Amino acid sequence: MTKAAVELSGVTKHFGEVVALKGIDLAIADGEFFSLLGPSGCGKTTTLRLIAGFEFPTSGSIQIHGKEMALEPPDARPINTVFQSYALFPHMNVERNVGFGLQMKKVNSNEIATRVGRALDMVQLSHRANAKPDQLSGGMQQRVALARALVNEPEVLLLDEPLGALDLKLRQQMQIELKELQERVGITFIYVTHDQEEALTMSDRIGVMDKGELLQVGTPKEIYESPTSRFVADFIGDISLLAVSVVSPTEVRLSGGGNVPADTSNAGDGSHWLALRPESLHLVSAAADVPDGMVRIPGKVRHRVYYGDSYFYDVETTAGSLDVRQENRPGLPTFDAGTELMVWWNPAAGSLVTA
Amino acid sequence: MRKPAFEPGLEKAAEAAERRRGFLLGLPAYVYLVVFFAVPFFIVFVTSFARRSATGATKYDEFSTSAYVKLLDPLVGTIVWRSFWIATITTAVCLLFAYPFAYYIATRRPAVRNALLVLVMIPFWSNFLVRTYAWRFILGSDGPLGTLTEAMGREPFRLLFTPAAILIGLVYGFLPFMVLPLYAAIERLDWRLVEAARDLYADGWTAFRKVTLPLTRSGIIAGSLLVFVPSFGAYVTPAILGGGKDLLLGSYIVTQFGQARNRPLGSALSIVIMAVMLVALMIRNRSGAEEI
Ligand SMILES: Nc1ncnc2c1ncn2[C@@H]1O[C@H](COP(=O)(O)OP(=O)(O)OP(=O)(O)O)[C@@H](O)[C@H]1O
Ligand SMILES: [Mg+2]
Repeated sequence: MTKAAVELSGVTKHFGEVVALKGIDLAIADGEFFSLLGPSGCGKTTTLRLIAGFEFPTSGSIQIHGKEMALEPPDARPINTVFQSYALFPHMNVERNVGFGLQMKKVNSNEIATRVGRALDMVQLSHRANAKPDQLSGGMQQRVALARALVNEPEVLLLDEPLGALDLKLRQQMQIELKELQERVGITFIYVTHDQEEALTMSDRIGVMDKGELLQVGTPKEIYESPTSRFVADFIGDISLLAVSVVSPTEVRLSGGGNVPADTSNAGDGSHWLALRPESLHLVSAAADVPDGMVRIPGKVRHRVYYGDSYFYDVETTAGSLDVRQENRPGLPTFDAGTELMVWWNPAAGSLVTA
Repeated sequence: MRKPAFEPGLEKAAEAAERRRGFLLGLPAYVYLVVFFAVPFFIVFVTSFARRSATGATKYDEFSTSAYVKLLDPLVGTIVWRSFWIATITTAVCLLFAYPFAYYIATRRPAVRNALLVLVMIPFWSNFLVRTYAWRFILGSDGPLGTLTEAMGREPFRLLFTPAAILIGLVYGFLPFMVLPLYAAIERLDWRLVEAARDLYADGWTAFRKVTLPLTRSGIIAGSLLVFVPSFGAYVTPAILGGGKDLLLGSYIVTQFGQARNRPLGSALSIVIMAVMLVALMIRNRSGAEEI
């Protein structure tokens, strides 16, 4: 990795008694789309505010392009923020909102006009340049906020749930626009969301947070397919967790008996679970053949839910209960509640998590 | 088909009943305003067009604008001008003191905030006249400054009976009326907007000028009006602390109703002041509407 755009080391933040961040180490590369994901109150906004300079860390270091900035005020940092509430200046029209940063940087007025015009073109709002923010729809305000930040060509753009206030349709459209924009301008994005789908589809890398700690950092694929902790596994998507005990570097024992191959080299202390995604599990009738090398356990359908494109099964096994998703495709068998059957999966699909 | 819940037209009756209830709630206030405001105002208005007899009696026998003509007298002009300046300076000084203080209060923790607000309002618990007389002592030659200068072997220093004393008294008396609306405006401010300005490279002072100040304008205007209007016509404070040397509007009007026995002139002056205030208020509302 080249020199990090933003690097946090050992960053903690206390608000009186409340410990909002317990020690964050994180390096975000230049041009990266990095998402912070986690439940409400886990410290996402606090992390962003520390990077922006609205709060100062209790301890630790924050470097921006190699320069220590932990205690610098926001106006000294080459960073801009898109606020969750947009925070557009209500007493200024769109044009003056967008031009504010350049005006503060004492850019000459001709250049301000050109660059503001270009920024408004980019977010397709040139025709509303004279409108006041409260005359615009939520989606338009969002785009003004984006233009207001991007027009300054910051090295890093911070976005705190920028799409949180939009309805689903607009949200999905803006997700695509944002991602395209980020690739086009090549600015580092640090994106806060608690929408896991948004994080998975947009990010180059994701950091999952809980209770002021950064639990795992990885590509969307790594986070989804190889969670390292029970929390990360559980937080993202549907997953079944089977209690297991480690018996050898390559094997774990299910709680109902029977050994299953699994990579246990990274297993820490504590209780262990085998995490299995619903779509990586297969159901066949009890007598059917299962390919060689696959893990199989017998089970019984407790519940079946129809989802249109798929069926969702809740299967009771000796090792615990499993959520299974089966595509709704002509020719594939379906199973009624109460049916005895066989569940199987590729051992590579399971990940060992610790809690 | 289902039977409707009520006959068409009944909803009108229900709405009318609702309006009647609303009117009843407002009735005591209406009565009060009519008796104690509208009627006296009408009397003053009529009197301003009355005539002063040679003996000083007020004659309502003919329509006369002589009182208004008399207002053009340079003496009246001087008094209005002096009162205007005192009120303007009082307002400016109040604003200068009150803004930082209101800002300070509004940015404290809620508990501290409430305690400070109570402190601002404590003076209201005691009589205004008593407090003004206290200033008479403080500013007089027997007061702390006077005693100190006397002890230093000089002529005892005395602010009492100077325009400065009036100013101090007015600022003291009306400061809370400036602090409270300013506090309300600053407390309502969305601080994320200030953060946004800082984020967009504004330093603290610039963010204040470009965001905080314009967005708390309503408080500045409300506070300034609440201080300016009563300062302009103030009577008690100038009478007690000013020594009645340089005449101000309040005292002048009182004199017309008393010693000078010229009620039409006093009334005409009151009406003109009221008209000026009304126009100022209307201009303010016009510009305020666009902001909110
Ligand atoms: N100014 C503050 N004073 C006191 N506590 C604070 C302050 N700001 C944040 N906290 C606390 O720090 C913790 C983390 O808050 P933060 O706003 O970073 O969460 P978040 O992950 O952004 O949550 P959400 O998804 O709800 O926005 C919370 O427990 C919160 O109560
Ligand atoms: Mg947040």
